Amino acid sequence: MLFHGTAIIFERYARQTLRSRFQIFFGMLMPLLYLLFFGPLLRDLPLGSPADSWQILVPGLLLQLSLFGASFAGFAIIVEKSTGVVERMRVTPVSRPALLLGRVLRDALLLTFQAVLLVLAALLMGLRAPLAGILIGFAFTAVLALSLASLSYALAMRVATPQEFGPVINAVTMPAMLLSGLMLPITLGPGWLDVVSHLTPFRYLVDAVRDAYTGSYATAHMLYGVLVAAGFAAAAVTVGTRVFRRAGA
Amino acid sequence: MTVISTSGLARTFTTPSGPVEAVRSVDLSIRAGEIVGLLGPNGAGKTTTLRMLTTLLAPTGGAATVAGHDLVADPAAVRAVCGYVAQSGGVDPFLTVREELVTQGRLYRLSRADAAARAEELAGALGLDGLLDRKAVSLSGGQRRRLDIAMGLTHRPTVLFLDEPTTGLDPGSRTDLWELVRSLRDDHGTTVVLTTHHLDEADALADRLVLIDGGTVVAEGTPAELKTRYADSPDASLQDAFLAATGRPATPAEPAPAAV
Ligand SMILES: Nc1ncnc2c1ncn2[C@@H]1O[C@H](COP(=O)(O)OP(=O)(O)OP(=O)(O)O)[C@@H](O)[C@H]1O
Ligand SMILES: [Mg+2]
Repeated sequence: MLFHGTAIIFERYARQTLRSRFQIFFGMLMPLLYLLFFGPLLRDLPLGSPADSWQILVPGLLLQLSLFGASFAGFAIIVEKSTGVVERMRVTPVSRPALLLGRVLRDALLLTFQAVLLVLAALLMGLRAPLAGILIGFAFTAVLALSLASLSYALAMRVATPQEFGPVINAVTMPAMLLSGLMLPITLGPGWLDVVSHLTPFRYLVDAVRDAYTGSYATAHMLYGVLVAAGFAAAAVTVGTRVFRRAGA
Repeated sequence: MTVISTSGLARTFTTPSGPVEAVRSVDLSIRAGEIVGLLGPNGAGKTTTLRMLTTLLAPTGGAATVAGHDLVADPAAVRAVCGYVAQSGGVDPFLTVREELVTQGRLYRLSRADAAARAEELAGALGLDGLLDRKAVSLSGGQRRRLDIAMGLTHRPTVLFLDEPTTGLDPGSRTDLWELVRSLRDDHGTTVVLTTHHLDEADALADRLVLIDGGTVVAEGTPAELKTRYADSPDASLQDAFLAATGRPATPAEPAPAAV
């Protein structure tokens, strides 16, 4: 039942996405601009790492893509609450978690697709990284998208208007991006910043993907990255399904 | 056989400006195959009652069973047998009529082929043929209302809740809908609970009326019973009975204000 329902919901939203070129490509714009106009600045800077500057920047851009793309996913559900679509689906026997999972799977898939395009562009710009590392990067992108989209939908179910939703998301995503060192390694900064940075889950993910891009897979960074990503996803999906299960949410 | 029974069903909303007792205490007992009209002034609690009976809203008091299933203990079983047409509809304006009808069928666990066939069938029944590939946003108000109704009929529910189904329908479509509701009952034994502000509609369609005011049931009975009880004659207008039962003066005591 859960699987069947998830498939129906996924299909519905995937079809909507496929019909909208805007939705497919627009989310890539910001990371792509960073890649084109910020990436070249890093070429000859000392980044405190033996890795090439593209190997440091591109993992950050992948997670940035996921962070911003998935965090705003909830907007769609606010619109659907006002058109009555959410309630209409909630009176059908479809499993409650399916209403969430079908949506977040679409988001994870869309963002992974955008990540692929971004990496292709990065390859043209000069990125060199092992295939396994690149695939690991996509996996982290997808898991992060799934987690953040779940939280985003959960929040969107609880608020009444987009005016309450947008500011909260902005207030979370901007500091998250700066603190996790997505653009530049945080180790370049003072010690306290490094400590604060480790309080966000994203820091562990970006460290893991940066390791993967240099071909180092059996590292402490990778272990922590996998544990944090899995734990964050489990927590986010639990929160999301709890909100979707509650009647009258 | 009783299909819907509620006792002391209540819902209080907590709002920043204090609690709102939308439904204080509703006791209903509705038999299989009945067509029941829920009447009451704006804000009486009709929609809130229906949203509780369709599992959308958790009651804050009382209990209810629908088709033998407890509303709170087994909401999934209730959902499987109920159809609901919300007061303000529930279709995505930018999807086509066909896509929404098919998705709805799939959500009610029809196979792909059955859902597609059912979409055609419903479009025929609600006068939407020829509009299947149009986006909902491009339909007229009444066409859109008929789509809402088609969505609620998708799985041939045994209990059908219609919240002001005929709002926006032209007179012809309105009587068509009455015919449809009667045939659902006569041919399939469907139990129908509908709200309406059109008293002629309530009079013509419902076997029994339930009058709600201020979140409680203030009167119930057949149209003729209500007219006799509140307006002293079975030939009185339902309008007079309605006004008397809800404690509103039958004729305005004060002259209406000249300007607003
Ligand atoms: N989500 C909510 N939060 C707070 N108050 C609500 C909510 N929903 C309904 N109410 C209030 O509950 C009361 C009953 O509303 P309801 O929608 O059930 O009335 P109704 O009988 O359907 O009216 P109408 O004929 O206008 O459709 C109203 O006073 C309404 O303002
Ligand atoms: Mg209402």
